[in-house]
Amino acid sequence: MLQRDYTTSQLDVLEAEAIHIMREVAAEFERPCLLFSGGKDSIVMLRLAEKAFWPAAIPFPLMHVDTGHNFKEVIEFRDRRSVELGARLIVASVQDSIDQGRVVEETGRRASRNRLQTTTLLDAIEEHEFDAVFGGARRDEEKARAKERVFSFRDDFGQWDPKNQRPELWSLYNARIRKGEHIRVFPLSNWTELDVWDYIRREGIEIPSIYFAHTRKVFERDGMLLPDSEVVQRGDDEPLFEAVVRYRTVGDMTCTGAVQSPAATVEEIIEEIAATRITERGATRADDRSSEAAMEDRKREGYF
Amino acid sequence: MDILRFATAGSVDDGKSTLIGRLLYDSKAIFEDQLEAVERTSRDRGTEYTDLSLLTDGLRAEREQGITIDVAYRYFATPRRKFIIADTPGHIQYTRNMVTGASTADLAIILIDARKGVLEQSRRHAFLTSLLRVPHLVLAVNKMDLVDYSQERFEEIREEFTAFASKLNVSDLTFIPISALNGDNVVSRSQNTPWYLGTSLLHHLENVHIASDRNLTDVRFPVQYVIRPQRANDHAFHDYRGYAGQVAGGVLKPGDEVVHLPSGLTTRIASIDTFDGPVEEAFPPMSVTLRFEDDIDISRGDMIARPNNQPHVAQELEAMVCWMADGIKLTPRSKLSIKHTTRTARALVRDLHYRLDVNTLHRDEEATSLGLNEIGRVSLRITQPLFVDDYARNRQTGGFILVDEATNGTVGAGMVLDAS
Ligand SMILES: Nc1nc2c(ncn2[C@@H]2O[C@H](COP(=O)(O)OP(=O)(O)OP(=O)(O)O)[C@@H](O)[C@H]2O)c(=O)[nH]1
Ligand SMILES: [Mg+2]
Repeated sequence: MLQRDYTTSQLDVLEAEAIHIMREVAAEFERPCLLFSGGKDSIVMLRLAEKAFWPAAIPFPLMHVDTGHNFKEVIEFRDRRSVELGARLIVASVQDSIDQGRVVEETGRRASRNRLQTTTLLDAIEEHEFDAVFGGARRDEEKARAKERVFSFRDDFGQWDPKNQRPELWSLYNARIRKGEHIRVFPLSNWTELDVWDYIRREGIEIPSIYFAHTRKVFERDGMLLPDSEVVQRGDDEPLFEAVVRYRTVGDMTCTGAVQSPAATVEEIIEEIAATRITERGATRADDRSSEAAMEDRKREGYF
Repeated sequence: MDILRFATAGSVDDGKSTLIGRLLYDSKAIFEDQLEAVERTSRDRGTEYTDLSLLTDGLRAEREQGITIDVAYRYFATPRRKFIIADTPGHIQYTRNMVTGASTADLAIILIDARKGVLEQSRRHAFLTSLLRVPHLVLAVNKMDLVDYSQERFEEIREEFTAFASKLNVSDLTFIPISALNGDNVVSRSQNTPWYLGTSLLHHLENVHIASDRNLTDVRFPVQYVIRPQRANDHAFHDYRGYAGQVAGGVLKPGDEVVHLPSGLTTRIASIDTFDGPVEEAFPPMSVTLRFEDDIDISRGDMIARPNNQPHVAQELEAMVCWMADGIKLTPRSKLSIKHTTRTARALVRDLHYRLDVNTLHRDEEATSLGLNEIGRVSLRITQPLFVDDYARNRQTGGFILVDEATNGTVGAGMVLDAS
């Protein structure tokens, strides 16, 4: 008799783990929500949520923290995808936080709303009384993220205490919190950038067009290509030029760089990423470059 | 391609983080910007070489103190396998974080500094990996460069450790002499140790056989979530009622006769559903949704098994507990919240039989409490029946956590013994 060896491919293992995590949250929390930015990680997370609860609808709303500086292609995608899924989308706006005097807009050439998002996010979590918030962060992205638990406890100020995390054994997640506290949940913790792309290919998942090669007017700053846009302040010493680029991550236009690339299909992107020698955040994110512990500091304050 | 999860362990400064850095670096999993950042920091501190431990010691406090505080997870792949690494701290104060990293590992690498030999912390970690039933153990004798790659020293350590390991449950133990700093025997075999005839560490990681570590014999399906679509206009699924969960043991097929616990009622699997369509079989670690031929009242925390192969239904448990709380102690009469598979209940510590000295494995039967990082055998009474197996037989249905009801902290990790 032929012996079946019951091996499971890495994507199947990662998918099963993520689905388990999502069901655990739906079962143990009263008011979860899923952060959906229209970026590739949150798109994959949304597909996993569809799978976890099918044939029922996703049992929690989606939320996007909108800086007002997002790429229009991504915002369109976000809105369309939410409607297709019949999901409720909550948009928490950084502009509103500014208008209400909760935060003060940065000024100058390098002004960014990146850090302001934390206040908007925490205010929205409090307003909607969310007790669990799914994020698409992966541990391979950044060295502080590499340290984070799948269920990451936040105190009533939304803060992360990296020196005092709850032990997390096997796949037994501790969901106990007091009112006002919440848990950030990261179902993609063990996925790498390449896993995400392999999964997008395997599942035939649609993603916003800016991930693929396109011609765009850009300028160079600190070795990064920033887009021509009214929300990005450009100096006279920063000339515009046209280039064939694509985005490896999508965030705020003011701090997300494009990479020069001819990759026009998911297959070509996978080839490119398998050969690349620079991490996705190193290639594209000004927000991580400000200091060695930039991410850890933002995360302590309550950032994604 | 499959996944191997492994953890590093061992005493402070034995070179765990450096080894991970070396593995990542030599297998080209380090990106240029990460390496540049590490080189810059090493230079700024006046270190002559590139300190590869900075690749995993990602927290500010860790870099300042030069120690690992919490587990770092790192990833790399070779054409043969994807690897998930948990780089755990050696410092005794952070043992609970080591336990976190080792609980899901298929393999543990215990590092030993060749100059220092087997230390208390090496023994503690070896004991914990055997307690956690990490199926494969590698003892990496590190810093061989500092003992002139001496075969004699390697053999001494091998003998000393073998003697200790004979008292533990270690089924697969491999010894490798390495230098994490210089890369000897890490990715390829080193010319500096011609007397060593085994394979390099990476070769071992790529080839160790893990498929049979899963339990494919005892069908165990803890019900996690009940799926009942309530879309008003969705007639196709109007009466749908599915039981979602992750398979914890055995192989399930449509048509199989199963038993529901706690009711003891039997039925057959009507269908195994997924978003991508029904499947012909389900086994660990698949997350699926089961439907049954009969209408049984089933909810989260229940268990599906086979009529002739059931877990133990227990309200009295014998277990080894690793205590992880600062401040609070485990004592007889302690009341805690217990989470086992998908079921949460309350537990009362009825008795503490002994506390284990991890150095000598001596059982102190006079002990009256367990403090931070202490391990002991307890009897628990649970407010509701749990469906358990021996931890040695199934890590999913034999493991549980204890949560303090006042602080909500995870304070204990438990492993079921003598389920009967
Ligand atoms: N000469 C030599 N030095 C080494 C070797 N491996 C590690 N070291 C050095 O030993 C020191 C401690 O290394 P780490 O990798 O930080 O040790 P660790 O085991 O991760 O320590 P904790 O995580 O704090 O328990 C560093 O200075 C390393 O450069 C080796 O093979 N040879
Ligand atoms: Mg270390």
